This record gives sequence, C-alpha cells and structure tokens, in this order.
Amino acid sequence: MSAFSAINEEREIDRDEYPPGVEPQPTWCPGCGDFSVLKALKQALPEVGRTPEETLLCTGIGCSGKLNSYLDTYGFHTLHGRSLPVARAAKLANPGLEVIAAGGDGDGYGIGAGHFIHSARENHDMTYIVFNNEIFGLTKGQTSPTSPKGHKSKTQPSGSAKQPLKPLSLALKAGASYVARTAAVNPNQAKEILIEAIEHDGFAHVDFLTQCPTWNKDARQYVPYIDVNDSDEYDFDKTDSVEAAQMMHETEEALHEGKVLTGRYYVDEDRPSYGQEKRALGEMPEEPLAERYWDDDYEWERSHDLFLDKHA
Amino acid sequence: MTDEELIWRISGGSGDGIASTSQNFAKALMRSGLDVFTHRHYPSRIRGGHTYTEIRAASEPVKSRGDGYNFLLALGDSFARNPQEEALYGNEEIKPLSENLDELREGGVIVYDEGLLDASEIPDFDERAEENGWHVYPLDLRGLAREQGREVMRNTAGVGATCALIGMELSYVEDLMRDAMPEKILEPNLEILNIAYEQVLDEHDVDAHDVKIPTGEHEEEQLLMSGSDAIAYGAIDEGCRFISGYPMTPWTEVFTIMCQNLPKLGGISEQVEDEIAAAALAVGASHAGVKAMSGSSGGGFALMSEPLGLAEMTETPVVLLEAMRAGPSTGMPTKPEQSDLEHVLYTSQGDSQRVVLAPGTVEEAYEQSRLAFRIAYEYQIPVVLLYDQKLGGELMNVPRAAFDQDPNPDLYHTLTEEELADQPHSPDGKFHRFQHDVENGVTPRSLPGQKGGRYLASGNEHDPTGHISESPDNRVAQIDRRAQKLAAIRADLDTESTQSHHGPEDADYGIMTFGSQQGTVEEAVDVLNDAGHSVKSLGVSDMLPFPSEEVEAFIESVDEVLVVEMTASGQFRGLVQKNLGRHGEKLSSLLKYNGNPFEPAEIVDGFEAVIIEDGMDDPAHQTTFVPAAGD
Repeated sequence: MSAFSAINEEREIDRDEYPPGVEPQPTWCPGCGDFSVLKALKQALPEVGRTPEETLLCTGIGCSGKLNSYLDTYGFHTLHGRSLPVARAAKLANPGLEVIAAGGDGDGYGIGAGHFIHSARENHDMTYIVFNNEIFGLTKGQTSPTSPKGHKSKTQPSGSAKQPLKPLSLALKAGASYVARTAAVNPNQAKEILIEAIEHDGFAHVDFLTQCPTWNKDARQYVPYIDVNDSDEYDFDKTDSVEAAQMMHETEEALHEGKVLTGRYYVDEDRPSYGQEKRALGEMPEEPLAERYWDDDYEWERSHDLFLDKHA
Repeated sequence: MTDEELIWRISGGSGDGIASTSQNFAKALMRSGLDVFTHRHYPSRIRGGHTYTEIRAASEPVKSRGDGYNFLLALGDSFARNPQEEALYGNEEIKPLSENLDELREGGVIVYDEGLLDASEIPDFDERAEENGWHVYPLDLRGLAREQGREVMRNTAGVGATCALIGMELSYVEDLMRDAMPEKILEPNLEILNIAYEQVLDEHDVDAHDVKIPTGEHEEEQLLMSGSDAIAYGAIDEGCRFISGYPMTPWTEVFTIMCQNLPKLGGISEQVEDEIAAAALAVGASHAGVKAMSGSSGGGFALMSEPLGLAEMTETPVVLLEAMRAGPSTGMPTKPEQSDLEHVLYTSQGDSQRVVLAPGTVEEAYEQSRLAFRIAYEYQIPVVLLYDQKLGGELMNVPRAAFDQDPNPDLYHTLTEEELADQPHSPDGKFHRFQHDVENGVTPRSLPGQKGGRYLASGNEHDPTGHISESPDNRVAQIDRRAQKLAAIRADLDTESTQSHHGPEDADYGIMTFGSQQGTVEEAVDVLNDAGHSVKSLGVSDMLPFPSEEVEAFIESVDEVLVVEMTASGQFRGLVQKNLGRHGEKLSSLLKYNGNPFEPAEIVDGFEAVIIEDGMDDPAHQTTFVPAAGD
C-alpha cells in the first residue's frame, strides 16, 4: 500500500478543492498579470485530474514566487532562481507527484538561467511557468533579462545596452520538449496551454506574459495578442524544430515592435522524459524511491555485505 | 627505527600508475599482518608532475604518515615537461629522484630506474648518499619490463625489486595481482615481478642495509580503506539513496563511490550543472522523503551557502560534505588544509543554524557519516561533515567488524497519513508543519503526496502552516524553537562523546587538534611521553554545537595547551576561545599551511620548543608558532 495515497487517486476532483476566493489575499498589485497565472492554474489542475495533495508547486523569489502562497497544494518557496533544482529532485524522488516550478523572468532567465538550460536539456517531466513581465517588480522596477534594449530604469539610467534574452528560442535549443507562450490577458488560451503543459511527459516551458501595471507602464498590456496556431497569417509545424525555431524568432522580434504573438511553438511527444531515460539505464528504481522508506518488508542493503570484500 | 617500520615511497609522474601500484602494495603489506597508513602527494594535473605515495607499515598500530621515510622506489615520469633547467617548473624528468632525497632517512634505500633516470644529473648525489649512508640500487626497470614486452609494467618490476630488498615473500603481491588484474595483463606482470625479484637477489647484496619488512599478525580481519570510502559506506548504511554533485577535488572521491554504488541499491545519483543546483537537489529530494546528500570542496561549498540556509529555514534534513583543500580561492587543489573551518561554521546569511562534525580517522569517518544522517533527520537540520584531502585520500587498515552494523533507514519525526489526521490543521486544511511549542524544537513533518499533509515550505519566515509571516511574536517563537534544536543536539551528542582522548589522564600538558591531524598528534603524544614529558591530547570532532564542557575540562586539567591545526590563522584555536570565552592565556598555536600535513616529529619539536622552552624563535620545519595571549 502506498504511503502517499493522494497520488494517482481514482476519484472525481471537485473544483472547490482549488477555491476561487483566496485567503490570505494575494499581495500583488491591482491589475497585475500574476492573478491570471493563479487563476489559469486553478482551472487547469482539476481539469487534468490533479488534486492539491499530489501536486508540488516549487517557486522562486519575487512577486511570482508567492504563487504557492495562494494555491492550496504542497508548496516549496525556494530561493531566487533555484526552484528548478529543488523541483527536479522531488520529481526523481517521487515520480508520482505532479511537479510544477514557477518564477519570474529575473528568476528563471537571469540568476537561474543555468538551471533553466539544464532542466530543459535533461527533459524532466515537469511544467515550468515563467512570469515574464520584462522587469524586476518586487525590487521596484529594475531592468530585467527580457527588458528591451534601451530600457531605462534606476539601475540602467542611460538605457540598457543589452539585447533582451529570447526565452522561447533558448528553451528549444536547450532541449525542452514543449515550448509555449501565453499572456495574462488571454485566460482561455492560458488555461489550455497549462493543461497541455501539465499533461506533457517532459519538460514543458510556458513563457507567461504577465503585465506589471506598477513598474512597467511602458509595456502595453500585451494586447492585442495573436495566437499563431489559429491565425491564417502564420503557418508552421510545431512538431518540426526548424520551423518552430523560425516562428519563435519572429515572435521574439515582434514583441518589441508592438506585436504580441502567443501559442504553442514546439511539441515533441516522442522524446523520453529524464526519468524514463534514467530508468532505461538502470539508474533509477521502477518503484518511487520515496515509497521505500515506508516499506516494512524492504531489506535495506548494508555496505558490509556488498562492498567490503574489495578492501580486504 | 628502521627495524620496526617500513616507510616505502614510490615516486613518478601523474598517470604512471603510482596510485594503483601503491594501493596494491599497501594491501599486500596489510595482508602480511602489518598495520598500514598511506600518504599521497600529487599535483593538480592529469599527466606528469612530481607525484609520490608513501606506505608506512609496522607491526604496531600506525596513525600517521610517520617521520620521513626509509625506502625510495623512484620510477621515471613518462610525462615530464620542461626538461630544460631554466624552465619554470625545472627539469621534471629527474624529479622522481631529486625531489625525494631531503626526507629520506639515514641508512635508507634508494631503488631508481636507471633506464629513465640519470643520478649524475643531481648535484652531489654520490656525496649525499655517502654522507647519509644511503644504499643505492640503480636498476634498469624499464629495460626489464620492455624485455617482457610491456614497458609500462616497470612499476611491477620495481615492486619485485622492493620485495627482494626488504625480504618480503612474493606470494602476498602475487595474490593481490590475481585479485586485481584482468587475465590479459596478469601473466606478464607476474613474470616481470618474479624476474625482477630473482635478478636483485642474484646480482645484489640485499643484506647490505637494515630496511626490512617487519612481521606482524592481525587478530581479526582488516580492510584497507580511505576516509572517502568510509564516509560513502556510512551514508549507504544510514539509508542515503540520493546524491547530487559537481566534480571538485577532493570531494569527487566520495561522489564517485556513491555514483558507482547507488544504482546497485536502487538509489539515484545526479551530476548537475553547478554546486548551487547540487545542494538544492539534495534539499528537494529530502523534502520529498528520501535520505539525501550533496557536498563539495571549498569553492564549490561556497556556492552551497544559500541552499544550506534554505535547508535550515525550511527544516529540511540534509547532509553536506566539505572536503577541504588549501585555499583561498582555487588555492592548491590537491593539497590538504583545514582552513575552511570558519567558512563552514558561519557561511549563509542570518542567524542560521547547522551541525558540523569533523571526524579524525577512517573509522570515525564511517561513524560520523552515520551520525550526520541520524542528527540531520532526527532534528531536521543540515549537517556538514567536514574533512580534508588528507583524511579523504589516505588509506589505513581498519577492522572489518567496525562496519558490521545494522542499517538505519529511519526518517524520524515524519508522520504517516493516519498520524497526520490527528495533527493540528487550519480551517483551509493546511497542516501545521511548523508548530511553536514542541519538545526539543522538532516539529513533525509530512511529505508531498500524503493526504492531510499540505503545507508550504518557505525560506521566508513563516507561521505554523508555512505561510509567510512577519509577525514579531511568531518570529521570536520560530527563531527560538529552531535554536532549541542545537541545545537538544548538544545534549544528545554528550551521551556518547565523539572526541578522542589520548595519553595519561593526569598529564601536565595538553595538545588539542581537530579532524585529520588527530592520529599524528596522538603519535606525537606517545613519543613525548616516552621521552619523559607528561602530555595528553584531545582530538575534537564536534565543531558545532561545540562540546564546551568536555573541552573546558581538558584545558582546566593541564597547565598549558598547544593547539595544532593546518590553518594559517589559528581558526580552531579561535573557535575554542569563542565557545569557552576564556583560556586565551593558556592556548598557543602550532600551525602548518605549506600544503603538507604535519609529521609527528614536527609536533614533538613544536611542543618542546613552545611549551618546554617557552617560545620558538626559529621555527623548525615549515611550521609557525603563535603564542598564548599575554606571552
């Protein structure tokens, strides 16, 4: 019998398990795009049949890091930029958990960029939501890795000399097997994309455009947006990495020219997840490791019986 | 003392098989019934450079590398660079012979490979040999090996020659080769071993010198093991089945052993992008309910500073290793030092809490690796096991029985779903993971995936459900509760001291040290008492929480204390004074930070100069003396 009976429970999920009203009230500013991520996640999780107790939401630091303060799942509010390594290990330790990591653009594309690249490369079976508002919000409006070139702030008084980082392209090149962009102003698409990302068996990166009404007034509210999968203007095959790369490039260039493009950019259903790869190599047990500590019949190995002969 | 102990040094270049040859020979000596202890000296490069390993063997227990050595086997360095004398690194080709002469004892034996080394390139070699009574045997080891078609097997020829010269039966070495070598290379190696052995017996007077193998017998089965082996096995026996890391010398040794063994145990090892990730993964795995560890050496451990604080704040059990090497910065990657002590004690922001243990011997490394996991999981706190390149890499014999212990996979204070149902919850169903008033400060935890256990783990200060809180009352309650754990751990550790006491209890003087210098200090104490001094020693393992009562009693019981450590700034002495708040006038320091560990004689000389003669004007060796306050 599992010690974690919330995992893979066969039951209908009541939407009220993710109550629409939240207590305590989020500390985000009125009009903040972060509310939309919370709302979309609360809708997506019951739709994919995931209960709060089988879900672990790991966040970084910043306004986005407070996401798990307002979602009634298991949560780990980690360090600035470090949600991914914590989340990866929890997934390896207990693969039955639905693991979601989330953070902002400074968190994921700046201080935690190394973890982003390597988590995508390894293709861990998890969802990574980046609240991309092109600014550092909680520290009061500094230029971020995705701020456009020339962006002026208190720490870049003459305007940023740096090209903005291109998160979709980066995720694809690093090896993510699902890459999408959605926007806070597009709740239906956001929910659908999160559902797909959670159900995807691999590293699903969702760049979530979340307007910051307080510190990034220059940026528009990411409207009007165009869904590249629905628009007649764009025609590309999201399962083809070359076409996906081209579409991402166009999207990332267009953002700062006033054109908000969103949608699913890359989907590779065939690539095995990291857990599958490790199990195939015999480097990860078939049964969740976390269960073993609760198995009274398990005969724990001793170094004395297994490894000492070669020292004699 | 040449009739009582053999200290055999094999020298050559990195990549010449010095390590494997010496490991096999050490095991052969152990199997012959002797106690053994090895010491490695190697540069931070893949090929070439001055490398040696020493094996000390005696019929009595040996706890250190000893003083100097008495048998040199100098092989060629196949990868020597800069053969010109004016080059930055000098003439490397001759170094296996030239660099090893200063520490060779009078009457010692030199075997060198004349196929690769030319002693006439060393100034005054013959004069020095005569002055010191060295017995020199130039042998064409390379030629001998080449005749058998395998030039690289000249190491084996050297071992054969050694056996002939010290009067050791070949059978111990032959048995080991059969155990360790694949069929293809076994036969030619055995042949070369025997030919070299016979040739030396036939052509040389092997009784011209006094360096002979001692005889001994073990009462119980012995194992040849390093501190790194012992730490890894301790972790495995404590149910650790997850390790994450990034390669760095010398921590890589434990990481490698775990990566090779964990898959056989259905465990998981992860080599990741950096040490921040490594420590964060260990925290994540432990949070999900698996016994987990990570670790690094100085610079890599610096990157773990923030995850270490996160583990403390979220009360996630985790064991981190810190394998010290000479710093600051990249320092000297392959050389031992103990100067990361303060780094490990104090790194990470805020009033953060951790436990730091510093084992002194291979056997203690096993015991304290297990203890680290027990404390981490029982008290939900990060525990750092602090050791160094010396303890990690040196091999010594330990009784097999020391490892014949029950495994302990216990997660401690982790609730079942049934137990969770009876715990306090908020109206929204959140479990009170961080309750204020609990015994010893430990509040039981749930694991993600359990019914009825939802909570938020946060690096922010938090209320009982884990929710971020800046309420002053809650803040004080949580800080005080977490601090309470340290006091409880101190009381727990005091039930069975991990400190090592040595020498007569009523001695007049004391020597204190921590970690890997313990064995060397204890040998020095024996020498001093034999010479008529009255000295005892204390090797401290608990760095944090500090065993103040035990250390206080030790210092109170003697007139003066010499504190021995491999740091330049007397960090351990500072820690003692910080914890006891006094005794500055009683503690003087003997420091060494030249990249080599202490030899017993350096401590003997230091003690006599500092304590007996009241100050060291002209420090012997490369040690440094810092007087007690007021002196």
